[in-house]
Amino acid sequence: MATVLLSEAEKVYVMHGVQDDLRIDGRGCEDYRHIEIETDVVSNTSGSARVKIGHTDILVGVKAEMGTPKLERPSEGFLEFFVDCSANATPEFEGRGGEDLGTEIANTLYRVFDNSSSLQLKTLCITPREHCWILYVDVLLLECGGNLFDAISIAVKAALHNTKVPKVRVLEDDEGAKEIELSDDPYDCICLNVENVPCIITLSKIGHRHVVDATSQEEACRMASLLVSVTSKGTITCFRKVGGGSLDPASIFEMLETGNRVGKALHKSLQTTLETEESLGKKRQKVGFLG
Amino acid sequence: MAVDIRLATARKRVPLPADVGKHLVSPGDTITTDTGFMRGHGTYMEDEKLIASVAGAVERVNKLICVKPLQTRYNGEVGDVVVGRITEVQQKRWKVETNSRLDSVLLLSSVNLPGGELRRRSAEDELMMRDYLQEGDLISAEVQAVFSDGALSLHTRSLKYGKLGQGTVVQVSPSLVKRRKTHFHNLPCGAAIILGNNGYIWIYPIMEQKDDEAGGFVTNLEPVPLSDREVISRLRNCIIALNVHKMLLYDTSVLYCYESSLHQQIKDILKPEIMEEIVMETRQRLIDQEG
Repeated sequence: MATVLLSEAEKVYVMHGVQDDLRIDGRGCEDYRHIEIETDVVSNTSGSARVKIGHTDILVGVKAEMGTPKLERPSEGFLEFFVDCSANATPEFEGRGGEDLGTEIANTLYRVFDNSSSLQLKTLCITPREHCWILYVDVLLLECGGNLFDAISIAVKAALHNTKVPKVRVLEDDEGAKEIELSDDPYDCICLNVENVPCIITLSKIGHRHVVDATSQEEACRMASLLVSVTSKGTITCFRKVGGGSLDPASIFEMLETGNRVGKALHKSLQTTLETEESLGKKRQKVGFLG
Repeated sequence: MAVDIRLATARKRVPLPADVGKHLVSPGDTITTDTGFMRGHGTYMEDEKLIASVAGAVERVNKLICVKPLQTRYNGEVGDVVVGRITEVQQKRWKVETNSRLDSVLLLSSVNLPGGELRRRSAEDELMMRDYLQEGDLISAEVQAVFSDGALSLHTRSLKYGKLGQGTVVQVSPSLVKRRKTHFHNLPCGAAIILGNNGYIWIYPIMEQKDDEAGGFVTNLEPVPLSDREVISRLRNCIIALNVHKMLLYDTSVLYCYESSLHQQIKDILKPEIMEEIVMETRQRLIDQEG
């Protein structure tokens, strides 16, 4: 992750602030920065979303392609994640510098979605054992301003909400050869139900307390972070510790509870925003990248 | 705990006040076809036409035409006050990052020794360099000279310059910091700021100075009281608001912005509509004060 150099005195200042529940920008320990979200920004994808949290800017594109189902899950489609850390974000990502971070994030996303309730993968199946829809989720890091995982998970959820998978019919010939027919109406698609898609909440331990949505300055002062993936109902699908410091079990329980609370609020807010955007329909003015 | 998610909205165009008769150009625009002018910074001659090479406002002094860029890396002048971060400790000098094209240089002979001694720097002083300034430390310094390649040579040969203690740094565009007689301000609201010409603004609490024997070699790491912390966070958010709206930064504008924001909660200042409201009020007050 792009690390910001801080002096000892600055780190001490940040830590004492967190202790008093007043962070550098005036937020409390459980407040998020202002989040801006827009879906359907990339026209040649099945679904896309762009999320901006402070200085963190993420673009996610989802493309639906047909393929063969996995052997162990023959009647389900699946998701493939790829994370690209663009050199725009920081010069450290130039060339192959961003690969490590990219694989780490992609693996986390695989773990988060690795359960049967997040996404109804059975709806993505066309013919068991032969054809299914594979959703290629591509994440692009445009700017790194701290709290990457949260922003990425919000963007992935919004992009999946926006994804439209075309409806197909399988016709059987006289000889038994199967033909796949796309429906004539381009707007005849399957919309995914993202109610149970989890979001990742990152809790960073600074001093004796933990904060939600750490900026890159605060990440430089943290000892360790806990990534918790929470659904809108409050179920935790996975959690993972990152960072070199140690966390004791009592604080892990506290952090899980905070993650649960904050996660539910985040999901509610996100759902309302996505529904508002959908209700604007075709009249919505797209802001895009030059707005 | 607050999670504020919004849809992206296009940036509003702020109408320029009518009396500002600036001639704005972008790279490639023809400034004039009159050959009688001398070309200054930001312009070049092609086909008997004077063309701008940067985006900014055209300035004319008698026969000299130059273009002052709106957004640029910091170009140092002798006598400027800068706030920089140490990136490297080399033999007999430190490399300081000051948001310019090249890292600035702080020579060992340009800093004050502990206790204020005046003597030739010896080999022991060289070995003790890291005890004074390490990688990541923040300093305030003055530009002593500009090397031929554009790198700045800094010095801290005064009691008001030196290593900075607890506080927070805000990065703004260098062209927004107004050149004034003094850049060190003790604001009446209870905090002090250093407006570095290079765009780094340092906000710190006014702490009681004990015996100044050490002179910057020992930093005060005591916790800062909550009231001071609130003032510092508020100032930080106000400065970011002024930066986003491209307003000139000097002690009066920062103070007016702080006073306009007092009825808002600190963390709300960064919301787009509240930012706009506060900056409009500040702008109005500044115009009234001038008139």
